[in-house]
Amino acid sequence: MNKYLVNLTINDIPVSVPEGTTILDAAKNLDFRIPTLCHHEDLCVAGNCRVCVVEQIGGKALTAACATPVSEGMQIHTNSALVRTARKTIIELLLSEHNSDCTKCYKNGNCELQSLAHEYRVGDHVFIDLVGTRKRVIDNLSPSIIKDDSKCIRCQRCVRTCSELQGVSALAVANKGDHMKISTFFDRPLVEVVCTNCGQCVNRCPVGALVEKTYVEEVWDAINNPNVHVVVQTAPAVRVAIGEELGYDAGERLTGKMVTALKRLGFDSVLDTDFTADLTILEEGTELLTRLKRALVDKDTTVALPMTTSCSPGWIKFIEHTFPEFLPNVSTCKSPQQMFGALAKTYYAQKKGLKAQDICVVSIMPCTAKKYEANRPEMRSSGYKDVNYVLTTRELGMMIKQAGINFQNLEDSHYDSIMGESTGAAVIFGATGGVMEAALRTVYEVVTGREVPFTNLNIVPVRGMEGVKEAKVKIEGCLPEWSFLEGIEVSCAVAHSLVNARDVMQAVKDGRAHYHFIEVMACPGGCLGGGGQPIPTNNEIRNKRAAAIYEEDAGLPLRKSHENPEVKMIYEEFLGAPNSHKSHALLHTHYIPRKRY
Amino acid sequence: METTKLKRVDIIFAMEGIDPIKVVESTIKKDPDTIILEMIDSGLKGRGGAGFPTGLKWKFTRNEDSYDKYVICNADEGEPGTFKDREILDRVPEKVFAGLAICGYTIGAREGFIYLRGEYNFLLPKLNEKLVAFNAGMKKIGLDFTIQMRSGSGAYICGEESALFESMEGKRGEPRNKPPYPTVSGYLGKPTAINNVETLVYAFMISRIGVEKFKEFGTKDSRGSKVFSISGDTPKAGIHELELGMTVQQLVEEFGDGDTKAVQVGGASGGCVPRKLFKDTIIGYEGIPTGGSMMLFNSQRSMYNVLHDYLEFFTEESCGQCTPCRVGCQQLLKGIEAVKRGEKSPSYLDDLKKLARTMKVAAKCGLGQSVANPFVSIVTNFKEEIIY
Repeated sequence: MNKYLVNLTINDIPVSVPEGTTILDAAKNLDFRIPTLCHHEDLCVAGNCRVCVVEQIGGKALTAACATPVSEGMQIHTNSALVRTARKTIIELLLSEHNSDCTKCYKNGNCELQSLAHEYRVGDHVFIDLVGTRKRVIDNLSPSIIKDDSKCIRCQRCVRTCSELQGVSALAVANKGDHMKISTFFDRPLVEVVCTNCGQCVNRCPVGALVEKTYVEEVWDAINNPNVHVVVQTAPAVRVAIGEELGYDAGERLTGKMVTALKRLGFDSVLDTDFTADLTILEEGTELLTRLKRALVDKDTTVALPMTTSCSPGWIKFIEHTFPEFLPNVSTCKSPQQMFGALAKTYYAQKKGLKAQDICVVSIMPCTAKKYEANRPEMRSSGYKDVNYVLTTRELGMMIKQAGINFQNLEDSHYDSIMGESTGAAVIFGATGGVMEAALRTVYEVVTGREVPFTNLNIVPVRGMEGVKEAKVKIEGCLPEWSFLEGIEVSCAVAHSLVNARDVMQAVKDGRAHYHFIEVMACPGGCLGGGGQPIPTNNEIRNKRAAAIYEEDAGLPLRKSHENPEVKMIYEEFLGAPNSHKSHALLHTHYIPRKRY
Repeated sequence: METTKLKRVDIIFAMEGIDPIKVVESTIKKDPDTIILEMIDSGLKGRGGAGFPTGLKWKFTRNEDSYDKYVICNADEGEPGTFKDREILDRVPEKVFAGLAICGYTIGAREGFIYLRGEYNFLLPKLNEKLVAFNAGMKKIGLDFTIQMRSGSGAYICGEESALFESMEGKRGEPRNKPPYPTVSGYLGKPTAINNVETLVYAFMISRIGVEKFKEFGTKDSRGSKVFSISGDTPKAGIHELELGMTVQQLVEEFGDGDTKAVQVGGASGGCVPRKLFKDTIIGYEGIPTGGSMMLFNSQRSMYNVLHDYLEFFTEESCGQCTPCRVGCQQLLKGIEAVKRGEKSPSYLDDLKKLARTMKVAAKCGLGQSVANPFVSIVTNFKEEIIY
């Protein structure tokens, strides 16, 4: 659609922008930054913090730049006396109801309100402190997320994130006036409501009201305990985002430096979740083929299809609450993190001559839901808690800084062995569509003996940031044992952000969509946009991280999971075959139907 | 200064010889554009307090190209000191319905709603019963228009038009960003004409008595009459329909108890007129506009208590969405308390006035913007009472 150009002036400088552009964006065109708090590129406009007010000549009141589209002949001033007074007053008002104990705040140094207060040099507060008059309640019962209302500035970014991006609505606005707050169902702790622990709210909270629960001190303790063998695993999406915590631009691939840094932090063995990502493909691929065989050959009508992926713990918690009737459709495979934990305390322990109880498994994840996942009672296949501590990408950044490591000057190094080897197929787990692509690369080849028919193995239809992607792969020229699949067009869907996952599942439920295999990642863009990734996040940043992930894949010698030599080895030495009895005991799990309330 | 003498009028409650359905029937023989021109010519402005020209509102809504349009009667009468709409709905509901029907016909809406304040739910059975007959009447005269009742849940903010739409849509009652305005995107995102109860009755009566008759009342800027809710220190508390354009002095002479020191015009969100300004303040859009609430205070009253009550009310009734209103109201309230207790110096009132002025220009909706009205007027005119 062609849009008309609208002419206006901002601070007396003329500018022409397409109609529908907000004053905020028009000002950006002229390199005027208007401060914002409630505004977030990923979310709908709220216009409630009022920090972005500007003066429109002839207007009765000030205008919220984020919420107001330009109009012809508009004359806007972004820094007039009236605007400055109002803006400073608003910042002071926010501070008066904000627990401004900044030096003790987890978000100290990465807080949008703190930056604004600094920018406007808000000195002694004019207004009466309202924080002290309220009861301070901190919800720290969730293993993933801490919610501290005393820091909340009620911008509702979290509320919009939870409803618009995730379709979860665990967080909502309650009460009015001075009692207005961001709350949960009947004000219950996050751990007791429909919260999926995805942490997207944490990524978008401008202040420290929503943060991850940190386990950094526990990890330091383990590292410093000579009797504990501390193994660390790193998820695929961490390596393309850790740089943002350490002074790099988004999209820098820093696998080698990150491994060196982890070694310097004192971990006894630096291993890769990518190894178990490859393993997941073999387990999950086999599971899919088995389900298809039961459905097509055995005509077993009880087989649950489509099968969905199970790597994303946010998605698991979501489907348990929202579509519990579809739990049989979810692959029984544990996530790569949990496969890793179970194997570290069995296979790895055995190979290294260690006792499971002496091993501490630490995960570095782009994710807050992984913290919850590691705490699930099901995740103790080794007889111990399989994964002891989960840290986010942000927490790893913190540890590296605490240890005084000059990250940018580090040499590259390789992951340790065993369980440190991986392929490009595992790396792309970090991007939406990656599990699907990795699975197709392997499944197609297992069934036909030939590589998947896409140039350079790049299955482009499942890549990219579209909310729901669909792909069909026709299977032709099957090996004899897979002849029942001959001519079948495998129909796949890929969804990221839970609101899209909900749409896909609803379509399946209503019989509007027919798939064989569905990949779901709870977070926008997949794990690379996870709730444990560096803040801020937006589409541009996520695209850069995705590009880095696909670059990493393209540059690796091995790009198919079944070619991972360590994966071959573990089947020969330990597991037997995919979906074997032992695999089921260690690598598979079950799910719990939950209610919406 | 054009003023009128205090004059009682009987337009709103007059029922003698009026058959509302018949009036609708004869009105819809006219072209909608003709009705709009008449409304504009009549000078009728919104009687809820904001005073937007009714004819223009109807015109803007009519001009929108949409199959679905709505007309809504705002009966969420929550302004402290205002109780006229309750009386109108109780006594002459058919005239409200007929006003809705005329507006619906004019703008091209097939559905109308009355959003009734939750505390007025006792009126619902009666209104619903009368609506059945009225809706049947519309069918009979061949007008494709039906009215339904909607009930509020007790939030003051839901009287703000866009919060009212949110509430009707089943959402939390929070004001929306404007633009777009209701005439473009209102209830369910469709063009919506939302009018106060009293406005709709005047619109109906203009159809009935004619523009010229209506224009005989009031001044150039404030045409017609208005229903006032008179309360406070007055021997004549209640509902009084008066011609617009009188001065506060005239009102006080008629309704005061002889010792009136201030009149709060327009409810808690209106301005406070002190005795020294009675003579020079016109009640009307050229002077001090009002939704009809007139609270008279005599010298026995503490204006600190009056302001404190208002601020408590706003602190509780702010939707809490925008910073200036949510935090600003609390600061104003706690601020005057601190000054009273001597914890803040009297000069802190100046800081608070600055805050109130920021609220006036920076709050998201009329609620937060209007808190400055009582605050600045009372603090300025009764500073001693606030401090000591």
